[in-house]
This record gives sequence, structure tokens and C-alpha cells, in this order.
Amino acid sequence: MRGVWIVVGYALQESLRRRVFVIVVLLTAAFLGLFALGANRAFYEVERSPIVTLVDEQTLTGATLLGLAMFGTLFLGAVLGVFLTLSVVRGDAERGLLQPLVVRPVGREALLAGRFLAAAGVCGLYTAGVFAATAGIVYWAGGWWPDSIVVPALELAAAVVVVAAISLLGSVFLSATANGIAVFMLFGAGLVAGLLGQIGEALGSETLTDVSRDTSWALPFEALYQDALDAISGESFGLTGQVLQLGPFGGAQSAGPALVPWTLAYLAAVGLVAGVAFSRRDL
Amino acid sequence: MPPALVTRGLGKRYGRVEALADLDLQVEEGELVGLLGPNGAGKSTLVKIAVGLVRPSAGSAEVCGAPAGSRTARGRLGYLAELFRFPGWYSADELLALHQRLAASRGGEAERRELLELVGLAGERGRHVDTMSKGMQQRLGIAQALIGRPPLLLLDEPTSALDPAGRRTVRGLLEELRRRGTAVLLNSHLLSEVELVCDRVVIIDHGRVVARGTPAELSHAKGVEIDTAAGLRTYPEARREDVPGIVAGLVAAGEPVYGVRVVQTTLEEAYLEAVEDSGP
Repeated sequence: MRGVWIVVGYALQESLRRRVFVIVVLLTAAFLGLFALGANRAFYEVERSPIVTLVDEQTLTGATLLGLAMFGTLFLGAVLGVFLTLSVVRGDAERGLLQPLVVRPVGREALLAGRFLAAAGVCGLYTAGVFAATAGIVYWAGGWWPDSIVVPALELAAAVVVVAAISLLGSVFLSATANGIAVFMLFGAGLVAGLLGQIGEALGSETLTDVSRDTSWALPFEALYQDALDAISGESFGLTGQVLQLGPFGGAQSAGPALVPWTLAYLAAVGLVAGVAFSRRDL
Repeated sequence: MPPALVTRGLGKRYGRVEALADLDLQVEEGELVGLLGPNGAGKSTLVKIAVGLVRPSAGSAEVCGAPAGSRTARGRLGYLAELFRFPGWYSADELLALHQRLAASRGGEAERRELLELVGLAGERGRHVDTMSKGMQQRLGIAQALIGRPPLLLLDEPTSALDPAGRRTVRGLLEELRRRGTAVLLNSHLLSEVELVCDRVVIIDHGRVVARGTPAELSHAKGVEIDTAAGLRTYPEARREDVPGIVAGLVAAGEPVYGVRVVQTTLEEAYLEAVEDSGP
């Protein structure tokens, strides 16, 4: 286990020295600033010219804004997770960075586990932190607070950890560029599946909803994201609840109690496949 | 005490390409063995199997009695790859500190200082890797490989980027390692260097050993040259044993003899002969 923590330290130092964190903090500050401006303006416009409908405008505006923020946060967290892991094995081996490390007694398993823990810790904390910040901004701008804050924060963080794990697995087989492209295509496919599910719900198409559900379980970051979206306005009911469930950033769907064990099993399986493949790989 | 490195019937295939075939090799404790062969002969594959980067398709390899690639084996060797890169954001001292942690070395700062001094980088402790020349990085790589005083050192083209002064430093370092009892497998294209420092040489081609022995054993007589009053006389077929007879004949014929030289082939010639004989 000592070797794992040495690799975690190495990975974090790499990000620090390469100024990854500086860039991330600066760009996230810009994102949050823009989001605060947008949220403030949105609530102002809604208050200034209220629409007479059967929905709770404050909840609709707040949940929609936070849903937008969650989409953005998931994307930023995924970008961070992918870039921290996309070249861990083959990319680093092709550059000659990996060989001096894996011939040491700590070995390949510790290297893989350490790189995963470092990436998961960084992008998980980042995602949860940005989500909390956007929830605070929505509250500041319009006085709306989500029905649940901890569960969606953890689910969003878990979603980017799953993306990072898939990227780490991909790094065993693919070069850095090919892996980055592959993971972002999978990420996009997951989000599109969520949108397809929404369309399926609206049209009453069982096929579309089935495809969406199956895809979101095959790529559980999507199921986690849908569940997180559902959790922020889970207590809304009536037309407001219905509208929010069909929100514009992917279907808000409760995944049920199987989501957590499935995600853990998925991560374990990805880790196992990556570990076995890496241990058998000639470098 | 088991040999520092031993391979038995070692083979490696990459698809249809046979990189190594039935290769037996032994490096004893404190022995400096040079590994020679043309490009693609399988030298790097052999070294990579020994350090656990590549899995053999056949046979076995052991490092100090432990299966190559095992945790125990990895703990007993130091390695410098032919194509390596160290993180550019590390200073020389930080890089060695990282490898001390990875190798569980307790040498601390004293070991880092000693190693940097040994490779001629004592004044570059705080210098970042990305500001170093390739030659300096290669010397740093050798220092890195020596962390924890491993009993076996595997160096894959360790002097390819070094200038003559750097090569001399590494030569001195290899001799010092031999004095300390460290076994070294040196994979190099620089035959003159191998000839100067290695106890034994193994020449491989097409994945097979085609010649092995001490540099003296690999070379053979290539005639006799005799400096006489009439000029330099060459006897290409003569051997050392023929010298007294030839000299006696010349003296009897009234020709003064000023010097005699028994000509031996160089390691380069022995290498070329071995590789040409092995064929494609």
C-alpha cells in the first residue's frame, strides 16, 4: 500500500508542477463568474416579467439553472479526469516515462492504483466543490435551494470518477490521443442516450427509453448524472415536477437502490480488467 | 550465491517475429558482461525480460535467484533504458529522492549526493531535468539505476548520448562498480568501450548467441609483423609459435630484426565475423 501512496504523491506533484491546478482554478473561476451572472439575470428576468403558468417559477428557474451547472460541472470534471489519466500506461510508455517507474519494486499494480486514486481524488473533489459552489450561486441569485445537496454532489463526483476509470482502462490499450477521443466519444454517447430517453418519454417510445436505460447502466456516469438531476428537484410535484423531469440537460431519472452497488461493481470490474491487461502488457 | 542474472532457453516472439530463441546467458556476481549485436538482434528484448518489462514466450530468467519480473527480482536490480525520459519538472535531487522511495532505499541525502558525484553531476543537484542535455540526463539515469546499491545493473546503451569525457566518466564508474561487486550487463554498440571494460562479451544475432567469451578469447591471431632493416615484413598466416623460427631465419640470412608484433583481431573484427557467419 505504501507504493500506492508514493505514486499518488508523484501524480499530484506532476499536476502541480505542470500547472494543471492553476489552469483549472482560473478557468473554473471564470465559469463560476459567468454562471453567477447568468443566474442573477435569469432570476431577475423571471421576477420582472412573471409568466402566468401552473408551474412554480422559482423552482423551475433554480432547478433549470442548477441542472445547467451540473451539466457543465460534469463536463469539466470529466475533462479533468480524462486528462489526468489518458496517457498513464501506453502514452507514458511510448514517451519512456513509465519504464523507470514500473521496474521498481512498487510495480504495475501500485502504479495503476496510485494514478487512479490521485485522479479520482482530484476530479471527485473538484466536481463536488464546483457543484456546491453553483448551488450556492443559485441560492444567492434567486433564493432557491435544491431538495438534496449531498446526494447529487456525491453522484456527480462518482460520475467523473467512473469517466476517469474508463480513461485509465483505455490508457492500457490505446495511445493518449486515441484514448482521449474514445473516452470523450463514450462520454458524448452517454449524454446523448440520456437525451434520447427524454425524447422517448415525451413520445411514449418504449424502444428509446429502453435504449437510454440500458446505455446509462452500461456507462454508469450517465445513470449517476440522471439520478443526481432527479435528486435536486425530487420533491417537486405536479406540473413543475413533470417539466423538471423532462429538463433540457438529459432526463432526470431516479436510478433506484441498485445504482450504488452497480457503480462500485463497475469500478471494481474496470480496475480488474485494467490491472490484468497492464500486468500482461509488454512495455 | 546465485548468479546475478541467468536465462535458460529464453525465447520471445512478437507475432511472427522471433526476437529471442533458446538463449542461455549467465552473469556472475561482480561480473561485467557486454552484450553486442546488430540492430534488431534481440539485445533490448533480453534486457527488458530481465527487468520484467517484457514477458518471455519460452524459457525462464532469474535475477539473483528470483524469477525475473517478480517483486523480489525488481528489488535487486537497477535499470537504465535505451529510450527513457524523466519528468522534466523534477530536479536531479528530487528525481533520485522519488526513486529512493520507489526502491525503498534508506540512503537518504547522503546516497543522493554520492551518486550525483559518481556520475559527475555533483553541482547539478537543483537543476531541473528539462534543462539538462541528453548526456546529463543519461548520467542522471545511471545514478537513478544505482539507487539502493542493486547487485545487478542493466544498462541499455548508457553512453549513446555522451561525449568522450562523459564516456570516460561512465567507464570509470563501471570499473568502480566491479570493485564493489556489482554485476553489470552492458548493452552497447560501442565496441571499443565494451572491449575496455567488460570481463566477458556475448554477441547475439537474430535472437541467438553467436559468440561468447572474454575479449581476448574472441580475438585470434592475424599474422606476424617483423620490423627489419629492409622494412616491415608481414607473415599473414604465421602464429605466435612461429615467431622464433621466422626471426632465426631472418637473422641467419643476415637481416637485422628490430621488432616483432603478433597481430590479433580486434573485438570489432571478431564481432563482424560472428555476425556475418550467423547469416540471416
